[in-house]
Amino acid sequence: MASGVKPRVKVPKSASAGEVIIIKTLISHKMESGQRKDADGNVIPRSIINRFTAEFNGEMVIDVNLEPAISTNPYFEFEAVVPESGDFTFTWYDDDGDVYTETKSISVG
Amino acid sequence: MNGFNGGLLSALALTVGLGGVATAEPDDDSLTINGEIAIVTEAAAPAHLEYVDTVYSGWRFRSDETQAVQMDDFDNPGMLGVELGIEQWSAVDGSEGESCASCHGDVEDMAGVKAVYPKWNEGAGEVRTIEMQINDCRKTRMGAEEWKYNGGEMTNTVALLASVSRGLPVNVAIDGPAQSTWEKGKEIYYTRYGQLELSCANCHEDNYGNMIRADHLSQGQINGFPTYRLKNTKLNTVHDRFRGCIRDTRAHTFSVASPEFIALELYVTSRGNGLSVEGPSVRN
Amino acid sequence: MNVTRRQTLAIGLGAAAAAALPFGAMAATEDDIAAFTGGAEVGEGGITLTAPEIAENGNTVPIEVNAPGATAIVVLAAGNPNPGVVTFNFGPLAASQSASTRIRLAGTQDVIAIAKMADGSFVQASQSVKVTIGGCGG
Repeated sequence: MASGVKPRVKVPKSASAGEVIIIKTLISHKMESGQRKDADGNVIPRSIINRFTAEFNGEMVIDVNLEPAISTNPYFEFEAVVPESGDFTFTWYDDDGDVYTETKSISVG
Repeated sequence: MNGFNGGLLSALALTVGLGGVATAEPDDDSLTINGEIAIVTEAAAPAHLEYVDTVYSGWRFRSDETQAVQMDDFDNPGMLGVELGIEQWSAVDGSEGESCASCHGDVEDMAGVKAVYPKWNEGAGEVRTIEMQINDCRKTRMGAEEWKYNGGEMTNTVALLASVSRGLPVNVAIDGPAQSTWEKGKEIYYTRYGQLELSCANCHEDNYGNMIRADHLSQGQINGFPTYRLKNTKLNTVHDRFRGCIRDTRAHTFSVASPEFIALELYVTSRGNGLSVEGPSVRN
Repeated sequence: MNVTRRQTLAIGLGAAAAAALPFGAMAATEDDIAAFTGGAEVGEGGITLTAPEIAENGNTVPIEVNAPGATAIVVLAAGNPNPGVVTFNFGPLAASQSASTRIRLAGTQDVIAIAKMADGSFVQASQSVKVTIGGCGG
């Protein structure tokens, strides 16, 4: 696992059915673009998070493809509706094959 | 030494005229973090300042987009360092089986500590930055290895200590035993360095609010350190910032943790007495 | 070397075009657009792209896209070494077809957002972003 990679998610703990909720996500990741060179002039290989998904009870909210032009510590903000209580699952896919997930429960009443 | 002379500064002034985007003053925005921590970004200058009436946080010189990143801890990537600092706070290290928390308890109880550093240490007979104090704790209390002065562990812990003091006024003592160090720092502040022959004051006292090329010059206040910079996307220390500034005057710089930078840190911090502790701030 | 006035003008125009956008980057951007649209016509309206007119640092530029009714939005930076930035695919539980992120821009350039609407049509918006360099060369 790449060092220092840690996902963070901000989701309200509760909502009413059909309410629009704002979700923010940020994962600590250097997002090495593959465009930079080290002190010896060698290209530093690309190493990025290339995909991010947010699902609720197995249904897709947003599915994002990231290119190296996404800044260090990728940040996303988007809106979701939740029909019932359940779990959000957030997944980040790293170039190196690692997958990071975070789950947040929300109660709808 | 406080004059506005030399061709370079005239050229800077000309840039202001040509740039078209120059706004001569800090903006009027106000800063509240997480909707609850009110930050003082403008204050009457401390009495010792001879040429400035009002002091402003660097936040006031940044664009709305950059400012917004600091207004919510979730949006502020500098808080990633604070999170790591929290883990370190309670991590036992060294031969004595102690952590920071063993002696100091909850880190929230450290509110106000960052606001008074750098500070005279009677036992050691020297002015200490908070980094020096942390390393003294690690060495003498914990029996642990000292951290690299501007390394990740240290900077994350300083960011943590700053974060729990946010909103409290910077208030470093400049008299008594600290006075000679403070005066040394003041002398450095007004000394022109490098092939460009620029002092700190030439940019940050004589020209704050003006544009230096495409950049809006701030007063160079350091109440917001450690600072997450959009430029290098990490937390930056005060001494590294000093080093960058002096390097840009095309001078040999003082070293991180040198007596010169410790003195300069005390002096520059004192120029912001009355502003809020703001670290980890977000700047360009 | 003798250069006629007409040749001088031509050289000047060529230089101006090159300065606006390197030919390779233009072609790469067109390729990316074609890959997303399948060559379909791209209209205007129905999509907004919010980005700062002046970014204080090109390493971290906040942007927001919003295209009500879109199934996907692609963001391209025509002046970057590779124009692709991000593609948002919206699922059934997206409350809006909008998203914000932070992007890298290699210099002053146009940022382009193209949305694929539910009916298969495409719309685009673009915004010029000036990327400033620091006061002291950084």
